[in-house]
Amino acid sequence: MQEVISLAHGNGGKLTQELIRDIFLPRFNNPFLAPLADSAIFKIDRKKLAFTTDSYVIKPLFFSGGDIGKLAISGTVNDLAVMGAKPIFISCGLIIEEGFPLSTLKKIIFSMEKTARKAKVCVITGDTKVVEKGSADGIFINTSGIGIIPPGINLGLEYVKIGDCIVISGTVGDHSVAILSEREELGFKESVRSDCNPLYSLVEKLKPYWEGIKFMRDPTRGGLAGVLNEVVRGQKFSIELWEESIPLREETVAISELLGMDPLYLANEGKIIFFIKPERAEHILQVLHSHPLGKKASIIGRVVSQPLGKVYLKTSVGTKRVLDMFIEDQLPRIC
Amino acid sequence: MKYISEFRDHKLARKIALRISRIARSIDREIRLMEVCGTHALAILKFAIKELLPPNINLVSGPGCPVCVTPNQYIDKACIYMQRGFLVTTFGDMMRVPGSQSSLVREKSRGGKVKIVYSPVDALRIAKSYPQEKVIFLGIGFETTAPTVAASILMAEEDGIKNFMVLCGHKLIPPAMKTLVENKRVRIDGFLCPGHVSAIIGSEAYEFLARDYNVPCVVTGFEPLDILQGINLLVSQIYRKEAIVENEYTRIVTQKGNLKAKDLMERVFKVSDSYWRGMGVIKSSGLSINEDYSRYDAQLHYPVEITSFKEKKGCRCGEVLQGLIEPRECMLFGDPCNPSNPFGPCMVSVEGVCNIYYRFGSDHKVEKLNARSN
Repeated sequence: MQEVISLAHGNGGKLTQELIRDIFLPRFNNPFLAPLADSAIFKIDRKKLAFTTDSYVIKPLFFSGGDIGKLAISGTVNDLAVMGAKPIFISCGLIIEEGFPLSTLKKIIFSMEKTARKAKVCVITGDTKVVEKGSADGIFINTSGIGIIPPGINLGLEYVKIGDCIVISGTVGDHSVAILSEREELGFKESVRSDCNPLYSLVEKLKPYWEGIKFMRDPTRGGLAGVLNEVVRGQKFSIELWEESIPLREETVAISELLGMDPLYLANEGKIIFFIKPERAEHILQVLHSHPLGKKASIIGRVVSQPLGKVYLKTSVGTKRVLDMFIEDQLPRIC
Repeated sequence: MKYISEFRDHKLARKIALRISRIARSIDREIRLMEVCGTHALAILKFAIKELLPPNINLVSGPGCPVCVTPNQYIDKACIYMQRGFLVTTFGDMMRVPGSQSSLVREKSRGGKVKIVYSPVDALRIAKSYPQEKVIFLGIGFETTAPTVAASILMAEEDGIKNFMVLCGHKLIPPAMKTLVENKRVRIDGFLCPGHVSAIIGSEAYEFLARDYNVPCVVTGFEPLDILQGINLLVSQIYRKEAIVENEYTRIVTQKGNLKAKDLMERVFKVSDSYWRGMGVIKSSGLSINEDYSRYDAQLHYPVEITSFKEKKGCRCGEVLQGLIEPRECMLFGDPCNPSNPFGPCMVSVEGVCNIYYRFGSDHKVEKLNARSN
């Protein structure tokens, strides 16, 4: 049978990695792409810049805590922020399905503008395409972003050492749970709000401690466990996480248990994972706690030496297990 | 009471584990305990419970994953209904289970109509919204899902919905447990009885196993402390050379179960023989729709006969389901059989034993971890 693209090719798991490794990387081979980071880093006139792009196809378009517009700005801003870049400019490409209500489009654009203002970025270029009814689902948005990396922040996995602390800026899994519970057939009356938010202000606030931050990632698709698996692959260290220290909302835990999902693998749209010098961890935690988006920040684990390239979890009952990379979308359970 | 964090307390877990070890040491032989339910298997691997147990306690997985015990013929039938233009509604886990030739996912890519639902009542709603479609709900699962299917049939009757039918493949847990203890190949010293099923049928449903077969039974919940306490009660019974039914999951399960749910099942279904993957036909182990509600029986109105069916070559799901082998003893496990390329149902369902072992790492991986980090 002819091989075709499955949904799993787009979920950030093993199949996505295979696409990148087998098809994209060999063709677009260049030193800027090769690190496969959230943004590409390059220099113009001795200024260090970061450039990134992302497409947003979320359904439903409006959800508790956000909408596709807010997400399209936040997601791209955050991909720059975790490279240490101060986001400056954003582009906005729209693919709209024929018949899409103008009033809904307006709501989305207003939300983009509001979020952009909050994130202190300008949308400076854009494009609109309309496709026949049935050729897209409502609206898809692509945004690209450019940011400037200020002097004093030097991030890279090469700086990570055994013993470094891993900090998360808040509770995990809320975004996915918010989206899943919006699906009408589930009929939850109240659920969790998505954490969707632009995060550069959090990074900026940490400026006095930038020398203590070695690496950052935003745990979007694949969640905390999936993203950390990407990070450790091929590295000369592994990551130990402490289940008890991972901040989780009770509602998120309850709903994910009900749906047969693991919040550690669920997407976040307003969180950063930091790799930090252990002697700076407490200071950084204090600063995070003083920011509205970092109130529940916590040290959740550390970099350890063995076994190479694995993420493992010390469970709440004191046992250990490997947190592997998931390869399929998690399906709802039936009993 | 939050019902989750209290049941994951590591100090208490250590205490119970210590007690289990002490008792197990004095029993001084291999103790084989079967967790019947897929959700138990999941929790055991997810919390690496085996790490807390002494080496002579062996937890084996049983047939309690509804998708897994559903035979190929059932999937084949559902595929044929899709080919014939019916709108099939199903729990998500069924989508990728391979049948003899095809699967629901494959039929969908060929233009067949299928919708994933979270409840049969959603399927009923779909039937209401699309009166031109003939909607079939795939009724699989144990005593946990059967009452909601019964309820949806009664609701269809009440609302006069005529385009809703059920392909009934429901199964009953106690007869399967009986078959397992009668089978000499499977030695079981005690059952961790399934918490969800027991919420419906009550702890009394296992009394025959303790009385007639001398097998200790403990109805057990799904949090780590529940499972450890379940094991503690089982080994204590074994130590005392006793076999009774105990209920660890009292916050959910009663002796008599959920009378309303049982009544719903009795009104709509009748007990019949049923074919289980790997175990063959088990007498009085299934439910079919009774005469009063036969108009909702898809099989009766639109009969589909499957004359031949085949399992994927080399797939040992049948043995895994009976606790005869562990997933990694199957030659296909991991490569080529994994969740993105499943050969059998145990690798598809999130409660399938192979899928759980694949996702949460085998003991082997954990052992390696311990050896290195200690």
